[in-house]
Amino acid sequence: MSSLLVLIATLPLMTALACLLHPRGGDQLSLVASMIQLVASVLLVTELPSRSSLSHALGGWAPGLGIALGADPLAGWLVLLCALVQFATTLYARFYFCDSQARYRLWPLWWLLASALYALLLSGDLFNLYVTLELLGLSAAALCTVGAAKAEALEAALRYLLLGLIGSLLYLAGVALVYAEYGTLDVSALRTLISSSPASLASLVLLSSGLMIKCALVPLHFWLPAAHSSAPAPVSAVLSALVVKVAFYLLLRLWFELFTPVVTSAFATLIGLLGAIAVIWGSWQAFRATRLKLLAAYSTLSQMGYLFMFVPIVMALPEGDTRQFAYGALLLLAVSHGIAKAALFMGIGSLQQHLGHDEIDRLGGSARKLPVTLFAISLAGVALVGLPPSGAFLAKWALISSSLVSGQWWWMLVTLVGTLLAAAYLVRVLGAAFAPTAAAEPALPTCRLALQQPALLLAVLATFGLGFAASPVWDTLSLSPPEVQR
Amino acid sequence: MSTNAWLPLLILWSSLVPGLIIFSLDESRQRLRTALNLIGAITKLLLVAGLIWGVYRELLFEFRWTLAPGLDFVLHADALSVLFVSLSTLLWLVTTIYAIGYLEHSPDRSRFFGFFSLCVTATVGLAMAGNLFTFVIFYEALTLATYPLVAHKGTPEAIRGARIYLGYTLAGGVLLLTGAVWLRTLAGPLDFAQGGILGDIPGLDPDALRWIFLLLVAGLGVKAALFPLHGWLPRAMVAPAPVSALLHAVAVVKAGAFGIVRVVYDVYGVEFSGELGVLMPLGALAAFTIIYGSVRALSQDHLKKRLAYSTVSQVSYIALGATILGPLATIGGLVHLVHQGVMKITLFFAAGNYAETLGVHRVSEMNGVGRRMPVTTAAFTVAALGMIGLPPVAGFFSKWYLGLGALEAGAGAWVIPVLLASSALNAAYFLPILYRAWFLPAGPWPLENHTHHRGETRPSLQWPPMVTAALAVLVGTFAAAPFSPLEWVELIATREYR
Repeated sequence: MSSLLVLIATLPLMTALACLLHPRGGDQLSLVASMIQLVASVLLVTELPSRSSLSHALGGWAPGLGIALGADPLAGWLVLLCALVQFATTLYARFYFCDSQARYRLWPLWWLLASALYALLLSGDLFNLYVTLELLGLSAAALCTVGAAKAEALEAALRYLLLGLIGSLLYLAGVALVYAEYGTLDVSALRTLISSSPASLASLVLLSSGLMIKCALVPLHFWLPAAHSSAPAPVSAVLSALVVKVAFYLLLRLWFELFTPVVTSAFATLIGLLGAIAVIWGSWQAFRATRLKLLAAYSTLSQMGYLFMFVPIVMALPEGDTRQFAYGALLLLAVSHGIAKAALFMGIGSLQQHLGHDEIDRLGGSARKLPVTLFAISLAGVALVGLPPSGAFLAKWALISSSLVSGQWWWMLVTLVGTLLAAAYLVRVLGAAFAPTAAAEPALPTCRLALQQPALLLAVLATFGLGFAASPVWDTLSLSPPEVQR
Repeated sequence: MSTNAWLPLLILWSSLVPGLIIFSLDESRQRLRTALNLIGAITKLLLVAGLIWGVYRELLFEFRWTLAPGLDFVLHADALSVLFVSLSTLLWLVTTIYAIGYLEHSPDRSRFFGFFSLCVTATVGLAMAGNLFTFVIFYEALTLATYPLVAHKGTPEAIRGARIYLGYTLAGGVLLLTGAVWLRTLAGPLDFAQGGILGDIPGLDPDALRWIFLLLVAGLGVKAALFPLHGWLPRAMVAPAPVSALLHAVAVVKAGAFGIVRVVYDVYGVEFSGELGVLMPLGALAAFTIIYGSVRALSQDHLKKRLAYSTVSQVSYIALGATILGPLATIGGLVHLVHQGVMKITLFFAAGNYAETLGVHRVSEMNGVGRRMPVTTAAFTVAALGMIGLPPVAGFFSKWYLGLGALEAGAGAWVIPVLLASSALNAAYFLPILYRAWFLPAGPWPLENHTHHRGETRPSLQWPPMVTAALAVLVGTFAAAPFSPLEWVELIATREYR
């Protein structure tokens, strides 16, 4: 079992090295590695004994000194999300970058990013987490520039890099404070140590704000639309689906497991409020966007907002089934958004390659030429808006229900308005795509099916798979810290 | 009693699976597509026949699947769902045949028939939904599946109409969702039960229940086109004729009305709703919508628009029937679900035939169409007379039972005048059409479609209105026969007031 952890954590790094040393084999290596990773993650999730966790000390060094790997159901589900999205986007990237030179540059960075993602999800030490965050920021910014010749893309990538660095530095300052106060950085040890004190509060604020930059919570969001919309489509998919998610995962760990004595309801309400602003403002900006990728990037902002709105609700619920229900829905929404957003970005990428642009007003006729892609975009849209039968619908039902149960009905209003706005911006796209072709557009070649399929796969999964088979998420997940680690 | 989970699922799949296959078909595979459509429709019809028999024998049909803790996806067939399932299945078959003829040689047919099948799948699922949660799922799915159909032509007008449709229905969906979640948090799992479930749960806040009722009815009223939520329906008439038939008779409008019936009878319970005092306002609104729709229909020159306002008016009979306490009114309201469907689909088929064959879209262009297209116009006439309420066409029985029910419940003083006024108005907007069609000299047609067929129009367009018009007469004439809609509705009413 624990060898599975080692495999998941190290395979991406080894693949990165192999792709660097043997560029011509990069396509095959990546495909095989992403398949192995997917199988390993499925095994991890199915074999994770429910409501407890696994851990493994690398090289036999005890945690605190050596590097410890660990996974509980929360991490397990996110590992599965990463592996799934990585698998589909790897397939997609193979056909998206027609130029093999670009692929030689892509694969090592691609797998470096992946190794940062998995290491972040599996490590249980605040300093190791800092290292993975740094690696994540660097490789993500570098990936934004692959295959791009435009100056604005480079500029956005540079800004992304700088803000990522600032975020990591804030996080590092928080880590230093924690170490000065408690003398350890091991998460499982800290869990029982942290108490309410000014130093704890200061380190919580530092850690949180560093991570909030990384997951682009309003008002620290300004870098995201440019970075996510100017990167190549497969990279945008991974950035929007996974990179912001894992930063949020760390925040969850901090707020619900480590700093529980410090996180007050006022703090949680503030977080929820920022999330609510993100939901409304992000949706509104997405509605006004003229380019598809910009729309998708703003949609990420607003969808992340829902996750933050869960925080005050989960905090306010008493321990037990209702809280469990809300927490599971939070995870389900994160997973569902990850899959659907990756599908949306891949669909947009296919459109963009086929039409040569991604302007919404000039999409006319694309529904007839790229039916598979448009179908994928519509299904992804269903999952993003949270309409049935998607997994996000269940999550939104739980969000509304929990906000009523916890007596905070205002979050429900935000959810409803956000849902309608999300429907509005997606319908705008579909309406434009259903319109007949403008006469002046040149005749276009047909799009390769291989490029269109991965998006459809993920979109179907987000809409039907998560809708009808999501109950294991609730069965395995537990909010109270696992027994093993106490 | 044994539980059968398979039949509801198979009924759902019998249109879902052909729909999904049709999506993947190439545009040119016309025969295969037609075959799939018909196989699906006929299979569904046979399965539904089995369901009718089973429910009559009081067998239990239920499929249950847990989606999340406390949220079950439930398909359950009771007498009321069977009524709606058999209506939409039968009319789907007819509409499919009509649509195959109507869309001959037009582009994007795979997409059209794919969504067409999904639309019926959603309708049937909605009819068999066993709790409010499942109902919401299919209600939204229906919205999504019909949007591409309304937008099908792709003209700016069609896309605008579709956007308005989606705006209304999604907003309604949000209201319905809010009400359903709120009720779920107060009252637990909301499995539909004849006689209602809320009356038996102690300690519920009646004010909260009234608000929830308002939310639910407002959400459902959008699709049921209750005033002032009806605005999308006349604008959605830009859709092709088979889609209009689907919207008005088979699926969308009916889904709203059916939902109101479910909420009143099987969630709140008609007696408990009466105690809460929510029926009277709803009944008044329904009565107002009946008159309002008819008045607006008077002044419409566009034929499909006139029919659309007529739907606004006619569907509210169903809501009206649900708000009057007593089995007779229940019968009148519910049977109109079927009767209005059969008659209205005939009218839309005929309107589509005029537009397709002669290019006639407006009432003022209809002079003498009766002589050029006697069969279609005969069907139109039968359905129009039925709408007015002339026996023995089906519409008469709905009004008769509604009137009797109102008298029985002591509401005759205001319901009977509404019924009479509405009949008079129906006559005022239908009879001039009939007069023009049969008695005025034929003018030049705007766009006569000269094709090589021998009859008045293509056979696949000519037969469906004939069949549905005959059906409208049959269900009226043989209203007392076993398994007629009226008899079936009496079965529902006896089970409801047991």
